[in-house]
Amino acid sequence: MSLLAIESLSKAFGGNRVIDDLSLTVRQGAVHSIIGPNGAGKTTLFNLVSGIYTPESGRILLDGAETTGLAPYRMAALGLSRTFQNLQIFFNMSALENVMVGMHLHCDSRFLPAMLRLPRIVRRDAEMAEAAAGLLRFVGLAEAVGADADSLPYGALKRLEIARALATRPRLLLLDEPAAGLNPAETGEIDDLIQKIAETGVTVVLVEHDMRLVMGVSEHILVLDRGTLLAEGSGEEIRHNPDVVAAYLGEEGRYL
Amino acid sequence: MRRRLATPRTGGLLALAVVIAVLPAFLPNNFYFDVMILVGLNAIVCIGLNLLVGYAGQISLGHAGFFGLGAYSSAILTSTYDWPPIAALLAGAAGVGLLAFAVARPIMKLRGHYLAMGTLGLGIIISIILTQEVDLTGGPDGMPVYGFSILGWEPSGVLVWYWIVGGLLLLTVWLALNIVESPVGRALRAVHGSEAAAQTMGVDVVHYKVLVFVVSAVLASIAGSVFVHYIGFVTPSEAGFIHSIELITMVVLGGLASIYGAVVGAAILTTLPQLLTFLHDYEMLGFGAIMMGVMIFLPRGLVPTTARLLRDRTR
Ligand SMILES: Nc1ncnc2c1ncn2[C@@H]1O[C@H](COP(=O)(O)OP(=O)(O)OP(=O)(O)O)[C@@H](O)[C@H]1O
Ligand SMILES: [Mg+2]
Repeated sequence: MSLLAIESLSKAFGGNRVIDDLSLTVRQGAVHSIIGPNGAGKTTLFNLVSGIYTPESGRILLDGAETTGLAPYRMAALGLSRTFQNLQIFFNMSALENVMVGMHLHCDSRFLPAMLRLPRIVRRDAEMAEAAAGLLRFVGLAEAVGADADSLPYGALKRLEIARALATRPRLLLLDEPAAGLNPAETGEIDDLIQKIAETGVTVVLVEHDMRLVMGVSEHILVLDRGTLLAEGSGEEIRHNPDVVAAYLGEEGRYL
Repeated sequence: MRRRLATPRTGGLLALAVVIAVLPAFLPNNFYFDVMILVGLNAIVCIGLNLLVGYAGQISLGHAGFFGLGAYSSAILTSTYDWPPIAALLAGAAGVGLLAFAVARPIMKLRGHYLAMGTLGLGIIISIILTQEVDLTGGPDGMPVYGFSILGWEPSGVLVWYWIVGGLLLLTVWLALNIVESPVGRALRAVHGSEAAAQTMGVDVVHYKVLVFVVSAVLASIAGSVFVHYIGFVTPSEAGFIHSIELITMVVLGGLASIYGAVVGAAILTTLPQLLTFLHDYEMLGFGAIMMGVMIFLPRGLVPTTARLLRDRTR
């Protein structure tokens, strides 16, 4: 069974149909990419799947169970996490605390025990700080463990979002342009990181314009255009698909 | 050990306890004790307000309303209905908590300017009701209140009240620090930092907004109840718009998202007007000027700015 299934999904903004009767599936495991021109609806699709937007019609199923219209925090509990194209860092916290927020569902978050600072709250917080530091090291941010989020450079913030998303222990991880704005060396590190994440058993769905990155890491590519699925297949199939070349890649292989 | 003492928790609490303990030796007369008691009560309200405004990032321009409701609950229940003061205080806090819970869902849906207007309106409604219900509240002239008593013991004298309020303040600071340094506190700050990211990380944003609104309202109510027994009299102005603005100014001056900032802000802005009574007509002018000055020169507020300076220097 597919981990994520989208059935005839539609979403419009003031008459502008951004997702148009879209159906697709993502099977469990490996890295899947969604590509398409600017404004194709990739981010909107992520917002629908993660519960930030509610669709006008259609269904979303996570591991066979319908999740259409569930609030984002419920989606997180079901094992879905994501990063954001326009950074959504908690700049009022340290890098470590950013990651610890990602563990919210895996700790006692009730008010009274917290207010009375029961010993188990203190103990669990120490464990979480340890685990969060481990995640920062995992994404290559060992030096950020003691830093405030607002003191980190852009490239580090991109990875901080990934660490935070991993802290929720997702089954399905949506990455919205993790390499945007990064130099080639940093993009290479993101490439390695995505493979490392996939090796841990997390299913990754990647939205990205950097075609080298996409072709390198993805087992399966979906091409979105004006809210519909234009094509899907392996990198080789996509590269030679005339519709995709016309709509997105360009005759000269603009993005290749 | 030195590291431990430098933390806001151990070091800060200890420092605050020492200040509260030795301060009486330096207070020349009852007038100053009186001012310090008011400082303590304002600080308690400001700590709650800072959890809401500074940590969770949700403005309230109506918190004096909750302070006033606590004050009047205690006044009415003890004076008119002969309730024991402690029962009146708890009933007031519970009632205010319920009211805050009921209005929180609709009101916390608002953001930014709209939330400011919504809470402003709430505070104004409360103060109008307290003014209009003359039979119950004594109307604009206010009403007298009996002293406090607990299990037959009646605190009297300004020194006893000083210790009571000082103890309550320490307790409030401790509880607030506990909240801030817990998953709950991180969730509140996450709501402030990015609602979209907070939700995606599994934080039920609405739940935490409602929670912190209720907690801050209950703290204001308790402070109002203690205030009314100490002063022995209450008027609707305690619940009024000007008082709400004073409270917000204290929070911003001391420092948003800083528990000790709330205490420092309350201390400065409660003490200054008392020491500058000759300026009385221009008090609000002074508040306005301080607010503008802080926003321009110390946008983080006194305590966070100072803490940052110290930290950078010791690096
Ligand atoms: N909240 C919104 N309100 C109105 N229009 C929106 C909203 N979100 C997205 N849109 C519109 O929907 C269309 C698709 O946007 P979306 O961000 O999903 O594209 P995208 O494929 O992620 O593009 P990019 O590659 O540039 O990130 C755009 O025309 C955009 O203007
Ligand atoms: Mg996008």
